Amino acid sequence: MDFNDTPEEAAFRKEVRIWLDANATRKSDDSKAFRARNDDPGLLAKAKEWQDKKAKAGYARITWPKEFGGRGGSPILQVIYQQEEANYLVPLGFFDIGLGMCIPTMMAYASPEHLKRYVKPALHGQEVWCQLFSEPAAGSDVAGIRTKAERDGDGWVINGQKVWTSGAHYCDYGIVITRTDPNVPKHAGLTMFFLDMKSPGVEVRPIKQMSGGANFNEVFFTDVRVPDSQRLGKVGEGWKAALTTLMNERLAVGLPSGGLDIDELMELARDTELEDGPAIRNQQVRSKIAEWYVQQQGLKLTRYRTLTALSKGQTPGPESSIIKIVAAPKMQDMGAFAMELMGHAGVMKEDVPHAAGFQAQWIGGAGFRIAGGTDEILRNIVAERVLGLPADVRVDKDIPFNKLTRS
Amino acid sequence: MNFDFSDDQKLLKEQVRKFLADKCPTKVVRRVLDGNETHADDVWKGLVDLGVPATGIPEEFGGLGLSPLEVCVVAEEIGRAAAPVPFDTSVVLATEVLKLAGSDAQKKKWLPELAAGKAIGTLAIAEGPQPPKPRTIKTTFGNGRLNGRKVPVTDGEAATFAIALANTGGAGERAVSLVIVDLKQAAVAKKRIETIDPARKHAELTFKDASAELLGAEGEGWRLLERLYDAAAVYFAFAQVGGAEAAMWMARDYALQRQAFGRAIGSYQAIKHKLADCYVKLELARSNAYYGAMMLTEGGADLPLAAAAARIAATDAYDFAAKENIQTHGGIGFTWEADTQFHYRRSRLMALSLGGPMAWKDKLVTRLEQKNAA
Repeated sequence: MDFNDTPEEAAFRKEVRIWLDANATRKSDDSKAFRARNDDPGLLAKAKEWQDKKAKAGYARITWPKEFGGRGGSPILQVIYQQEEANYLVPLGFFDIGLGMCIPTMMAYASPEHLKRYVKPALHGQEVWCQLFSEPAAGSDVAGIRTKAERDGDGWVINGQKVWTSGAHYCDYGIVITRTDPNVPKHAGLTMFFLDMKSPGVEVRPIKQMSGGANFNEVFFTDVRVPDSQRLGKVGEGWKAALTTLMNERLAVGLPSGGLDIDELMELARDTELEDGPAIRNQQVRSKIAEWYVQQQGLKLTRYRTLTALSKGQTPGPESSIIKIVAAPKMQDMGAFAMELMGHAGVMKEDVPHAAGFQAQWIGGAGFRIAGGTDEILRNIVAERVLGLPADVRVDKDIPFNKLTRS
Repeated sequence: MNFDFSDDQKLLKEQVRKFLADKCPTKVVRRVLDGNETHADDVWKGLVDLGVPATGIPEEFGGLGLSPLEVCVVAEEIGRAAAPVPFDTSVVLATEVLKLAGSDAQKKKWLPELAAGKAIGTLAIAEGPQPPKPRTIKTTFGNGRLNGRKVPVTDGEAATFAIALANTGGAGERAVSLVIVDLKQAAVAKKRIETIDPARKHAELTFKDASAELLGAEGEGWRLLERLYDAAAVYFAFAQVGGAEAAMWMARDYALQRQAFGRAIGSYQAIKHKLADCYVKLELARSNAYYGAMMLTEGGADLPLAAAAARIAATDAYDFAAKENIQTHGGIGFTWEADTQFHYRRSRLMALSLGGPMAWKDKLVTRLEQKNAA
């Protein structure tokens, strides 16, 4: 056992480092980079510039076929690139959904002409894509969407509302799942399209989150016209297309980076005086630190097991399905615990070392447990796909959508 | 990145797994649990024929000279079967402590016997109530004679020799030393004691002027024991991972078959989420155990930290899977006739025999502090 690169991987890593050194600034302090990322209003323009540079050098999507601007490389090379890129001060995050979910769905269903038109600008960061799936009444049960698309001549007219659409406020295109037949059971009446986010009748309203940020949006459709040529997959087969998109989601959501972890918690415990001495000497505190350390290590090492399979050209096992189930509650609970160590001052946003960071985890953790598959849905997935337990009883399975009881 | 076992190691694992599935089904565990035999000698002899006790012993001492990784994969299978054999005691603890602290003469004397299955070794540390500490050990060793009482001793009856912790007169941590004692002498009295896991028999050993000799230097007992426990924690973690996995699948199989309120209980989220949590804990444990195995094999500086993490994660995974297996079974799971009890009992035994999770969590943070200070 070892954590070493194969000779081919090592050569690629070296090549990537040389390129990154020549084109970007190496990080000196993680937290500074973290702040810069959140505070800079011109970040999207910088991200687009960086994406274009990457695409020109062939690093934007290493696993994509060459005809689409990739290298036809193995997934492990993509991982190596990302590991190295994470050490540099570069703006990231704007293209993950488009390139990780939307464009792969386009590749599966769009016409050659459309691929020729849309893939390259997306890869080079000139056009940003979003995914329009969730609705106010359809979260975990996404097949319960109500946004409807109706035939009108050689096109379709879309009416309805989407929600939790990441980046819709700066996106150029989106893929949208709609209901085209309410007279059949819910999964059977769906159809997917892609559309121009600047189409007449599309209105984007940012959602202010509990964290204060506004990365997500509500998107309203009022008589939005879409040509039939922008349909992805057959009429009534939108669920199949949606699964293609969602299969890639948990890879795209990934782990939040740059947050505080065990080192900072230990630092805090050393500096905090409890009644009987420093918190780090308190057995309850030590127990908590140990448990979270075991989780932190467990997640890192589980990822190494997955990477090992990729490095050997094998299909990884299901072990990576545990990552978000563990990471999200850990983030929330550790944040809350660290705040508790600070006493009443744990509520203050200023003048308390690390307070803001741990508060951000406590707040952000609440959202992370929901985004990209809730804790509960992820447990269902493990139970069903890994352990082979039966799917939930679905009482709406055979009932036409327009006969269902609605919330 | 090569964070996995080799094909050969997986083959060995498969071989041991098949052997145990065939020769050590749960009815053998039950036989020992209900009966008088000290261990399943038929299974043990078969494992000896397969070379299991010889696996990690160097070739010069009659072993197969394989790495800790091979011992780890075997441990996982022993744990999966909850096999009633002296693996944890003889193959892990006695073998490892001899490799760690034995003089050349002691290795020459005992390791070939262990490898050939002619000797069974065990560790004799505890002395009744209270977790053992250097200052509380009352057993004494001097002038080649061992006096005192050790209880509980796993496999105390089956074992032909033991490594005991004894007071040798020094101060503080240096008050204690390890000694090796032949259990076949008249100066050693063995008495079976009842425990929560009757499938692994335990004894009280009383030494009256028993002939013994130091293992390792005088006063080094506690430090050697700590180092031994780090290595043992990794092997135990693999056995715990195997046991946790077996308990999880036992619960899953029952959940598929048992009907309530018109459907399989495995279709209810209360059961699905519980079993998903078993899987989550199992994989965290497996990943931490792999790293422990890697550090053990390399002799890496991270071993103390990796061993503690592996121990904590594996104990948690096995405890959880074993208790939720009973819970998933409902009433039938609480009967003597159900197989659920084997893992419940074994998980607690394994959680306690190297020191419980609370002690290991404290150790882990101490080691983290040392690493950060370095």
